[in-house]
Amino acid sequence: MKSTDKSIGTTPNGRTDKNWGDSRSMSALQKNSETPRFSNEAMQEAERIFKRYPEDKRQSALLPLLHLAQRDFGGWLSPQALDYVAEVIGIPPIRVYEVATFYTMYNLKPVGKYHVQVCTNISCWLCGSDGIMDALTGKLDLKIGDSSDDGRFTLTEVECLGACANAPMLQINDDYYEDLTPEKVADLIDRLP
Amino acid sequence: MSGQSGTKVVYKNIHLENSHTLAVSKANGGYQAMEKAFGMTPAQVIDQVKKSGIRGRGGAGFPAGLKWSFIPKDDPRPKYLVCNADEGEPGTCKDREILRGDPHLLIEGMIITAYAINAQRAYIYIRGEFVREAEVLQGAIDEAYAAGLLGENVAGRGMHFDLAVHRGAGAYVCGEETGLIESLEGKKGQPRLKPPFPANIGLYDCPTVVNNVETLTSVPDIITKGGDWYSGLGVANSTGTKLFSVSGHVNKPGNYEVELGIPLKTLLNDYAGGVRGGWENLKGVIPGGSSTPILTASQCETVTMDYDALAKAGSMLGAGSVIVVDKSVCIVRAIARLSRFYRHESCGQCTPCREGTGWLAQVMGRLEAGKGTMKDIDMLLDISGNIQGKTICALGDAAAMPIVGAIKAFREEFEYHVEHGRCMVG
Repeated sequence: MKSTDKSIGTTPNGRTDKNWGDSRSMSALQKNSETPRFSNEAMQEAERIFKRYPEDKRQSALLPLLHLAQRDFGGWLSPQALDYVAEVIGIPPIRVYEVATFYTMYNLKPVGKYHVQVCTNISCWLCGSDGIMDALTGKLDLKIGDSSDDGRFTLTEVECLGACANAPMLQINDDYYEDLTPEKVADLIDRLP
Repeated sequence: MSGQSGTKVVYKNIHLENSHTLAVSKANGGYQAMEKAFGMTPAQVIDQVKKSGIRGRGGAGFPAGLKWSFIPKDDPRPKYLVCNADEGEPGTCKDREILRGDPHLLIEGMIITAYAINAQRAYIYIRGEFVREAEVLQGAIDEAYAAGLLGENVAGRGMHFDLAVHRGAGAYVCGEETGLIESLEGKKGQPRLKPPFPANIGLYDCPTVVNNVETLTSVPDIITKGGDWYSGLGVANSTGTKLFSVSGHVNKPGNYEVELGIPLKTLLNDYAGGVRGGWENLKGVIPGGSSTPILTASQCETVTMDYDALAKAGSMLGAGSVIVVDKSVCIVRAIARLSRFYRHESCGQCTPCREGTGWLAQVMGRLEAGKGTMKDIDMLLDISGNIQGKTICALGDAAAMPIVGAIKAFREEFEYHVEHGRCMVG
């Protein structure tokens, strides 16, 4: 439940159609890059993941394998990466595309080294998420949904992350930062390695 | 029974140091309920859970023991147990405390449940963003396997039970149990038409029980102390303790375990540190998560936190997610934010929800911006009426209910926006 960015791929009633859809067509990307492959370590992890499900239910591994691929392939999933995951599982690529575009955690375009995801849903909003977001757009000099030119930051507005009693909060990569103030946020950004 | 006995069923050990480890769990009674359950028949276990009266803690409130009893007994198909840890209803953060604070209580509850319904395999479907919580959970599962509490011969009792963590990937609708099952099968999380219910056709078309984290972690004490003991907590039709996530404008937001039936005012004043700026500064409370209709301050004076009282007040207990709103807040703006959320989360499967959530968000946005008309207010009710009860799952209702509730309770704020082009407050 992430990006609420409505600037791209918007359907007539205003729903976001995820990150594809503007100028970035799949076929165009396909021409530009090569198919990535799992590292040995990731492949071993993939084998462990498959063992969690019945032998004839390999598609159940799709969500975990997309998480794994995103981690192994630099934080995002290219169309080639999706095709590769389909190949590893042994299912048609369309099954992977429809899943990858349905769930918001799969990044279908590159994200910065630090993916800063700010919750602005009800509890966080009541506790001052507007001020958190203002502090971040100012500090990072980014608009919501954008990435910095140096590839260091992506700033995203997200839906409820389930830490409402410690609002306002945000997530950077795998970690939650809670009970924030605009000052704490500026300090947090400064301390990132 | 006003919720103040201090009895803890779920959060009994999370305050302990290293409460997530097997050693601390075992030193504090962990896995003793499992041993007791193995001395009972599966039917006796289900009977105790039925007697306890516990209702599903994820929001729907369906009696858990009844749900288990729907699993067919003479059926050659494998049975599955799935724990719903896709905590995503805005305002809800109670299960996260269990996942990172007492994962062994969840594992124990799942072993007992699996024994009762004869499941050999189970999954914990945890929301994808809970990366660290999933790590703690996996660590606990690894410990349990190493200790022989999971695997081919659970605790030497001959029961085969495998348990795995499955991370979601950011979709609110996967908290709906059939959407969750689809997601677990590696598909889009689009809910299924019911019937058939998961008890008959669930995961991999097999009989499946899906229970919330809080429900499953209540099971060990129900077994240890008995269904009658548990049903003595709380009030009629709302037995036991409940975790309440209190967020928003209170002095001490947090997760609190109290008996059902506690007056909302007591919960806010005695547990959550009181309303910011004092009780007189209270505007309203969303009592059960973002999809439940808001209560006015005067309703908050007397309402108790149980299924029946909240239904009578025109709202719902939901997941027990209490969102407190003080007088500085524009209700129109708050509800507009929620409408944006539901538009984003509609899975797109049913036309009334896919289109309706978009229209609701647009009209709410227009009103919030001061560009709405009086007709828009009625249009919101009209659109809501065309969504509610007309979709496969409850997400459409969840989108409509807060709007209908807010117009009912705070219509003058909507009208003020139309007449003055701005908020009544601020």
